[in-house]
Amino acid sequence: MKLTGAEILCESLTKLGVRHLFGYPGGAILPVYDALGKSKLHHILVRHEQGATHMADGYARASGGVGVAMATSGPGATNMVTGIATAMLDSSPVVCITGQVSSKLLGSDAFQEIDITGVTMPITKHNVVVSRAEDIARTVREAFVIANSGRPGPVLVDITKDAQQASCDFNWDASTPRLPPKRQRINYDQAEFERAVELLNNSKRPLILAGHGIMVSGAMRVFDDFVHAGNLPVAMTLLGIGCFPANDPLNLGMMGMHGEAWVNHAIQEADLLIAVGMRFDDRVTGDLRTYAKDARKIHIEIDRSEINKNVKVDSALIGDAREVLEQLLPRLEHRERGDWLRHIRELKGDSAVRDIQGLPDNGHLYAAHVINDLWKETRGEAIVVTDVGQHQMWEAQYYHHNLPRTLITSGGLGTMGFALPAAIGAKFAKPESDVWVVVGDGGFQMTMCELATIVQEKIKINIAIINNGFLGMVRQWQEFFYDKRYVATPLVAPDFAALANAFGIRGERITSRTDVTPTIRSARESSESVLIDFRVEQEDSVYPMVPAGGALHEMIRRPDSPLVETATEP
Amino acid sequence: MQTLVAYVENKPGVLNRVSSLARRLAINIDSLTVGPTENEEIARMTIVAHTDEKGAHRLEASLEKLVDVRLAENISERSLLERDLALIKVTADQQSRPHLMELIKVFRARVIDVAPESLILEVSGTVDKIDGLLEVLRPFGVLEMARTGRIAMTRGSDLLRPPGVPQKPADAEAAMTSQAK
Repeated sequence: MKLTGAEILCESLTKLGVRHLFGYPGGAILPVYDALGKSKLHHILVRHEQGATHMADGYARASGGVGVAMATSGPGATNMVTGIATAMLDSSPVVCITGQVSSKLLGSDAFQEIDITGVTMPITKHNVVVSRAEDIARTVREAFVIANSGRPGPVLVDITKDAQQASCDFNWDASTPRLPPKRQRINYDQAEFERAVELLNNSKRPLILAGHGIMVSGAMRVFDDFVHAGNLPVAMTLLGIGCFPANDPLNLGMMGMHGEAWVNHAIQEADLLIAVGMRFDDRVTGDLRTYAKDARKIHIEIDRSEINKNVKVDSALIGDAREVLEQLLPRLEHRERGDWLRHIRELKGDSAVRDIQGLPDNGHLYAAHVINDLWKETRGEAIVVTDVGQHQMWEAQYYHHNLPRTLITSGGLGTMGFALPAAIGAKFAKPESDVWVVVGDGGFQMTMCELATIVQEKIKINIAIINNGFLGMVRQWQEFFYDKRYVATPLVAPDFAALANAFGIRGERITSRTDVTPTIRSARESSESVLIDFRVEQEDSVYPMVPAGGALHEMIRRPDSPLVETATEP
Repeated sequence: MQTLVAYVENKPGVLNRVSSLARRLAINIDSLTVGPTENEEIARMTIVAHTDEKGAHRLEASLEKLVDVRLAENISERSLLERDLALIKVTADQQSRPHLMELIKVFRARVIDVAPESLILEVSGTVDKIDGLLEVLRPFGVLEMARTGRIAMTRGSDLLRPPGVPQKPADAEAAMTSQAK
């Protein structure tokens, strides 16, 4: 059967199980769009290619499958860069397909030509230029394998226009991936494994550091068994949230820069850290010289290059989290750990729960209230998609996720503008789920054009803007470390509710605590998307805070005195 | 200085991926040589990098994450042979020529081009040997020099074969047995 390269691409995507792809057309990808029109694939027209990549990313994170984004050459492709980097840093399986000028024009600075494989080389897991129709099916299949195997990541496939237009025989069975063979390494020997078992069973004050890798490997069940078999307390990384239920008594909550104080203290006092599918990011460890000095470390991690990168470990079990945990589980012995767990409970007495209860009841709205009420009203079951900044940390602290893949956030790259498009992607992956965007007034303004995508696609998403009139996290750093010199952080925003209306979306503005829950409820009950502009306390800060590069146990705590009332209504 | 060997796909752009990775890890490459292997799909690289053991481990593990890298191995601690090859154009007039020829003999270099005012020498060996020759040539006037950078191989039965090819190829095996006889 003879097909054009463009038709082969659509056929291949269909055969790979793709149903939705997010993209934006243009000259060099037009043949593919023509073929898309004849295919069963559902193309979601975005408003900016960055949005397409975040949507594909959100789709991937919500579903566990591969998300697909598409753009034309040149500016279409370069607009994808931020989204690709976001997926790279958070190990998200995204396949980006870009059009490219015809192969005979390559290197000639033709209209809308850019060397996008050169541009994206350091921010993709792999990328490739295809200039023959015959290579399209195999290359796309390879891209899917690469994106979602091992430690997942984004793959970019750049297809020249002549390859899209040329016709050739399409033989799916003959286009199996032919990836270069790899050396089979022994991931760990018996001695390494026995050392881990011994450390585990002899530890008096163990603590698990649970990361994103648990979700990626689908290890939630065995992880749960492992935690309870060993009676091991668990601290979560930001991206690990959801891999283990927040309501489990052994789940302490988030660690790191804005982690709960008792979690960070527990890390510093532990005699054994069991890191599972996490990479000792600097936002998690603080100052490495003072990090968990008394603890031996076991690192369960699929990526060999992460071993001993930041923290030197005593036993490295390289491999898929689920497989390694399944091996360890039968050897793990139950321990009471009464003193250690009691000690953690005592630390916990001094907690963020007190922080939220201690907020002055002055009629002002606090972000923590909004998140807390959202959590209660959605019974912790919504998919919440956040950007980066204060609202992201408050969400992680006050929304308690019991289910995996229900917090979708830009962790590693910390991308403003991620939340709204990523939520659209998540909604396509999980159409039955209650999807909430929790976003700051700064980040929202970066990609708010995607409101039009929501309307065009007639999907139902709820948007909670935590609007404090500042680039809040930067303002907080200015308050703490730059003597309150608020340079370039006060932020003028449009009337978000009116803006939503202009897009054809219901908009609400909330300024008092009593209106929070009823508005959230009414948004959930509505069959259409709703945007809620929560006008919160302007100069509230996220506590506790480990200053960048500071020791993990030396946190800035919420001051006991009521907040200074400097807020004025914008 | 750390020495790594990598087997990579013999196709365009792979060298860029490898060097770009070293740049990203802020590792300065002292020399990087690449050439074909007995299998036309595979090229072999020898990378000598200004870094410590930890840096070399990161480079090795990160290289192996690249789809186009079949194997990367830090061989710095292994028993290995390293060779560098240099072409050196040196001033040689009537007076200095005999003295030069003496040195060339001592260093087992070869004269591969003779011109009225200069010679081109070819010398191979360890980096130290070539540096040593250069040192003594300098007073004569080194006009031009080209060096290949190091290639390295582990000794004896410590094989580093590319993945995806027979680990004990038929011809190699035949050679081994005929030697044994």
